[in-house]
This record gives sequence, C-alpha cells and structure tokens, in this order.
Amino acid sequence: MSDHSENLPAFCHPASPKLLYAVFFALIFLTLLTVAVSALGPPMGMPRAFAFPIAMIFATMKAFLVCAFFMHMWWDKGFNILAFLSSLLFVSLFIGMTLMDTSHYQDTIEAFDVQQLTGVEIAE
Amino acid sequence: MAVADTHEIHDDHHHDHGEFIAHHFDGPEQQFDSGKLGIWLFLVTEILFFGGLFVAYTLYRSNHPEIFEQAHVFLNKYLGGLNTIVLLFSSLTMALGVRAAQLGKNKNCAVYVLITMVCAAVFLGVKAVEYSHKWDMGILVRSAFNLTYTHPAPVTSVGKWLHVSDYLVYISVIPTLLLVGFLVASLMGKLMEKNVFSKFMLGLSIMVGGYFLGVGVGLIFMDVAEGGANESHASIQTADQPLMLHAMTQETREDASHDENHDKTAESHPAADHVDGQAHHEEHAHAGGEAFSAHHPDPEKLSRNVGIFFSIYYCMTGLHAIHIIGGIVVLSWILWRSLLGQWRSDYFGPVDYVGLYWHLVDLIWIYLFPLLYLID
Repeated sequence: MSDHSENLPAFCHPASPKLLYAVFFALIFLTLLTVAVSALGPPMGMPRAFAFPIAMIFATMKAFLVCAFFMHMWWDKGFNILAFLSSLLFVSLFIGMTLMDTSHYQDTIEAFDVQQLTGVEIAE
Repeated sequence: MAVADTHEIHDDHHHDHGEFIAHHFDGPEQQFDSGKLGIWLFLVTEILFFGGLFVAYTLYRSNHPEIFEQAHVFLNKYLGGLNTIVLLFSSLTMALGVRAAQLGKNKNCAVYVLITMVCAAVFLGVKAVEYSHKWDMGILVRSAFNLTYTHPAPVTSVGKWLHVSDYLVYISVIPTLLLVGFLVASLMGKLMEKNVFSKFMLGLSIMVGGYFLGVGVGLIFMDVAEGGANESHASIQTADQPLMLHAMTQETREDASHDENHDKTAESHPAADHVDGQAHHEEHAHAGGEAFSAHHPDPEKLSRNVGIFFSIYYCMTGLHAIHIIGGIVVLSWILWRSLLGQWRSDYFGPVDYVGLYWHLVDLIWIYLFPLLYLID
C-alpha cells in the first residue's frame, strides 16, 4: 500500500499518490451519487424515504475512506484507532440516551400552540 | 504497525538529538508517537464537541420532521455539494502535503499546503455567499427569523456597484483588509530582502484571494443552479434584474401601488401581503420570472418554529466554519515551516497532526452536508 523505502524511519509511512488519488475520486463519485439520489430519488423503485438512509450510508463510506487512507488510520497504532472509535461510541450513547428521554415538555408546547391559535393574536 | 514496543528504540539510545527533537524524548519515533496520540485525543474531544450539536439535530429532527421538510427548501444543495467537493479536494492536497513532508520535499509540501489553504478560503467564500443570501431573506436563527422572500436592494456603494448583498460586502471587509495587509507585508519583505517572509506573505495573499474566488464561484454557481429550475429559492444573481429595477423604481412604485393593480402591490410588499399570499406567489411566479419560484411555501403555512432548524443550521455550519478558520491559521504555521525547509523523514509530525485535524474538519462536513442540505 505504501511505498516504504529502506532509508525511511519505521514510523514514516508515505501513502502512494495513486492510492490518494483513487480515494479522492471515490469520494467525489460518492458525493455526486448522493446528490443524484437526493435530486432524482432512490433507484430501482425504492420508496422516497430511502433517500436519506442511502445518503447516510454513502456519508459513512466516505468517512471510512477519509479515516482509513487520508488519516493513515490503516497504518496507525491500534490504541489511536481505539481512542477515535470510542469517541463515536460515546457520541452514539449521548444521542441514544437523550433520544429515550424527550417530549417531556411536549404537552406544555402543545398547550401553548392551542392558546396561540385560539387567542386573539395569531403569532407572527 | 502494532502497538509500539518502546524498548525497541532503546537499542540505539543516543542523545545526539536532532534539531527538533525535544530533550525529554528518547528519539524521533517516541516524539512522533506522543504527538500523534495527543492529536488523536484532541480529535476525540472535537467529535464530542460536535456531538452535542448532533444530539440537538437528531432530537429535533426525530420529534419534528415536518420542520425539516419545510426548512430544507431554503438551502441550496448544489452550493453545499460544491463546498463538499472543495473540501474533499483540500483533503487530497493535505494528504499529498503530508506525503511530501514525510519524504523531506519541503517545496512540494509548501505548495500542497498552500493549495489546501486556498481551498479552505474558497469554502469560506461560498459560505459567505450562502449566509448573506439567507440574511437578506430574513432567514435567521429562531428569535430573529423573519422570512421575506425578497432581497432588499443594496445600500452600500460597493453593493450597488457589484449588485451583491450588503451583508456579503460587510463580511468581505475583513478579507479585503487582510489581502491588502498581506500584499504590503510581502512587498516590504521583498524590499528588505527577507525572502522567506516575503514568500510566506505572498502565500497568505493568495490564500485570501481564494476567498474572493469562492465568492465569485458561489455567485455564479447559484445563478446556474437557479437556471436549472431545480432550486427553489432566488439567488442574488437572478434576483439582480428585478432587484435593480425594484431598487430604482421603489419609491415611485410605492406611491403608484395604492391605485394600481394587486400585482404591483405584491411586488412592493411581498411579506406584508398576508391576506392572499398564495395568489401573490402564483402571480409572482408568472410576473417575476426566475427570481421567485412557485415552489416557495406560503409563509402563513410555515411552522412558527422553522427558525429552530436555522438555529441548528447556523450553530453547526458556524462552528464548522470557525474550525475552517482555525485550520487556515495552523496551516499557515505549517506553510511557514515548510518554507524554512524544516521537514525531514524523521521529523514531519506537525504536518501530520495538522493534516489529521484538517481531515476531521472534512469528515464533519461529510456528515453535515447530507444532514442539512439533502433532506427530502
């Protein structure tokens, strides 16, 4: 993967330009594909609602390419990768736990909406 | 490489440290690995930092998907796509810059880093076009959200001259001052025969030039996207004709509108025209040409909380833009040291670390783009 010549120190891993260009074009391709799916709708008669999950899958593929090759994670130490992935775990915990406890004030908001709609003055 | 066996490097435990090896490190490898662990931990905190905003986004979207449906039509997905490609390209040049530093090719590294900085500035230029366009239309954070659909005629002389938004002119004041400052500094450096300094300042001026390139490309791109009729909001450029006409005739029209037909009234006071907004929009679609599209949702039918989407939008893209500016600052430091020729195969850590930061900023945009621009 990397053109690692003899006189470079062990921690120096220059990525081959071919690989970097290939990754770049793959990223561009996925971006254009994402925009196309968003603009034209998902392919093969899939429901419209699939456009968003497809966009997120493409984004994750792009994120993988950037992490693995541009960020040299492919050749990096296991501990660094672990630290990075753990942050994703904590963010998903953060999002997941918070999602389980929402709408606590929804009643108050709805009451306010009703008051706004039935009141003399309609908001803005 | 697996987890480092730290004893390996003790084999040739030498203390004739190179120029940039700090004395508390055993050698270049230990120094590099320590720095790398440090930057990864910093990136972890960055992800958690943005994580808070992603939580806000996820919660609001899962509870109020209708707000996102209504709000996303005001974002131009082609401009967002353009910025995505600019950032991806800057990531490529950054990776090539790291490679050049690893091989000790300082000149190549300087060129690649400069291209990366120019791309960063182009990104900010496009963002400036986007933001000013929204501010013109009254698309602001929730508390200040006041959608008008129209662009006020420019008041500043530069705005009038270039037919662009006043906000764009205000935003561009700082880059203009920086451009002049960097060019003067470069010239001074040349006269005082400080060649590296002069080159560095020239590089910074080219970088700021990228901002203006971004503004130009952004304006043109918006124009083209409008022409495709896929986009649902008016651009500064396409609004130009009716806008300038509007500006020149505004006073007379306002006088005349009282006794003229409804169409004219609607043009003068589109936002105030609450009574039959729908009719107004249909008329406008026919009368106003490309400037205002019929895709516009009726302001009366928009939820009062559409502004909350834009609060989230401005926080996420604004924090990201601050990171881009921070990236430009640290990249200039890398550019300076590249010009001094300080990178070698056993000392390229700073380029690598800044590169990792830059890729993370790109990574976050990779998610922001579909989350904010491609809602359907």
